[in-house]
Amino acid sequence: MIQTRFQTIRLHTLLILAVLIICLPVILAIIISTQSEAQVLSYPPRLFPGSSTIDNYNKAWRTVNLGRLMFNSAAIAVSVTIGKVILSLLSAFAFTHFEFKGKQFFFFLILVTLLLPVPVRIVALFDVVRGFGWIDSYAGLIIPFWASATGTFLFIQRFKTVPVELIDASRMDGCRPMQYFFRILLPLTKSTIGALCVIEFIYIWNQYLWPLMATNSDNMRVVQIGIKMLMNSESSNNWGVIMAGVVISMLPPLLLFFVLQESFMKGFALQSEK
Amino acid sequence: MKSSSFKNPLLPYVLLMPTFLILVVFLFYPAFETFRLSLFKVHPYSGAERFAGFYNFRKIFTNPEYLSSFWRSLIFAIIVVIIGLMFSLFVAVLLNQKARGMKLYRSFLIWPYALSPAIAGALFNFLFNPANGLIGYFTGVRTWLTDSSTAMLIIIIAAVWKNLGYNIVFYLTALRNVPTSALEAAAIDGAGPVRRFFSITFTYLSPITFFLMVMNTTYAYFASFGLIDVLTEGGPAGSTQILIYQLYKDFFVHSKIGYAAAESLILFLLVVGITMLQFQTTEKKVHYQ
Repeated sequence: MIQTRFQTIRLHTLLILAVLIICLPVILAIIISTQSEAQVLSYPPRLFPGSSTIDNYNKAWRTVNLGRLMFNSAAIAVSVTIGKVILSLLSAFAFTHFEFKGKQFFFFLILVTLLLPVPVRIVALFDVVRGFGWIDSYAGLIIPFWASATGTFLFIQRFKTVPVELIDASRMDGCRPMQYFFRILLPLTKSTIGALCVIEFIYIWNQYLWPLMATNSDNMRVVQIGIKMLMNSESSNNWGVIMAGVVISMLPPLLLFFVLQESFMKGFALQSEK
Repeated sequence: MKSSSFKNPLLPYVLLMPTFLILVVFLFYPAFETFRLSLFKVHPYSGAERFAGFYNFRKIFTNPEYLSSFWRSLIFAIIVVIIGLMFSLFVAVLLNQKARGMKLYRSFLIWPYALSPAIAGALFNFLFNPANGLIGYFTGVRTWLTDSSTAMLIIIIAAVWKNLGYNIVFYLTALRNVPTSALEAAAIDGAGPVRRFFSITFTYLSPITFFLMVMNTTYAYFASFGLIDVLTEGGPAGSTQILIYQLYKDFFVHSKIGYAAAESLILFLLVVGITMLQFQTTEKKVHYQ
């Protein structure tokens, strides 16, 4: 179907409009993050960069100890992601490559976890984590999140597409299950692992409610809570500093997203198939 | 039994063990315990429990504050789903055309996927703040966030905006899986692009639409907590308080443990309801194909 010139122009106009709607709030945040308090308050509003960039980023970084919060968020997101990838790889391997008693039941239990997001169990989860002495510690923000239904399903789907001949041939060669897993299955699963890493890292980095409840010292806070802390500690008009904090805190997940975009899209294509 | 499975009586259990250890300790036990506590009165400091039957539930459903949070959450979720999905589908259809620069457009349209609700909250707080918000300047109205009749509207706009990237990604992948043969056949039969979209593409998109409806509903019910906490803290005058914020306040701020547990159970029932709805609709779809 050949497009006319008019259709092409209309398409680009609509797309640019959509890009503007989606990007404008962030572009504005970046502009504001360079402005001094007086420039932010200027009337009419100043829509081009200001002269306070270094001051703002410096102040945002120091006011809420952003370096420490970034480190916490990164350490937690990386640890949860690695744990989830390993645990869901292992359980997906069990479900796809073995016959065993209770397989259906175990699978059902994993399915049920989709019905139990944090808020519906938060009252007692808080007690359990406190019982372990994990309030205000990394363990309390990491270990409860290691099991993943999403990851298990994603890997089951991927493993199912591996040709049966491969496993038969390797068994004939006397390949033991874990050898097959590490030597043959894992290398074939790279882009799915990449996709899960993006999904989980972003998900954990962006978590808010649980870290808010499970930590109480300023040293153990995460970056998302830091945004709120920054808004509370800055005078309500000093948006330059607040937006500087916002820009800093969204960089790591964005960077990861752009770097792994292709494998992320591939993983998504898999996930959305029935 | 598949011929291609390994024979090993113990290994599958060993492989599943770490996952199930985590599930039992941090998911099943806390869920069970939360549901049990919903039937008890719990002392906020000593933790002493006293069986109370449906006392907590009776209190919840006679609390006008809770009831208005309940309906507000429902309306919030419905609007976020409808506007969010319509806009995302529209953008995904645009992105699915063949033209120059599509990959670049795609990147710039899906990256908000990586932004958090709290960041969306901060961005929209700036845009709509009464002192020097840009929207206030351009519209002449400065009370968007301080007026209890408009604050919820800003929460809705921010929530929809934040989830666009996620929805566009899913719609775009689904659109690419629509078989071109069906579309071409319809074109030969003389169906115009609009009719082709609604009679063919839309049918193929229905499973992903139901999936996204569920995901966006749970997003509206739960993940929007950070957005609301940064943007309005449930105010002004409770006008943006939804169930998750209510739960947070009752449990964490006021230490009403049994009461909060009952609220959790109600949230759980809502999740079960939404999920069953999805299963039913996807089953229909399987018959359809």
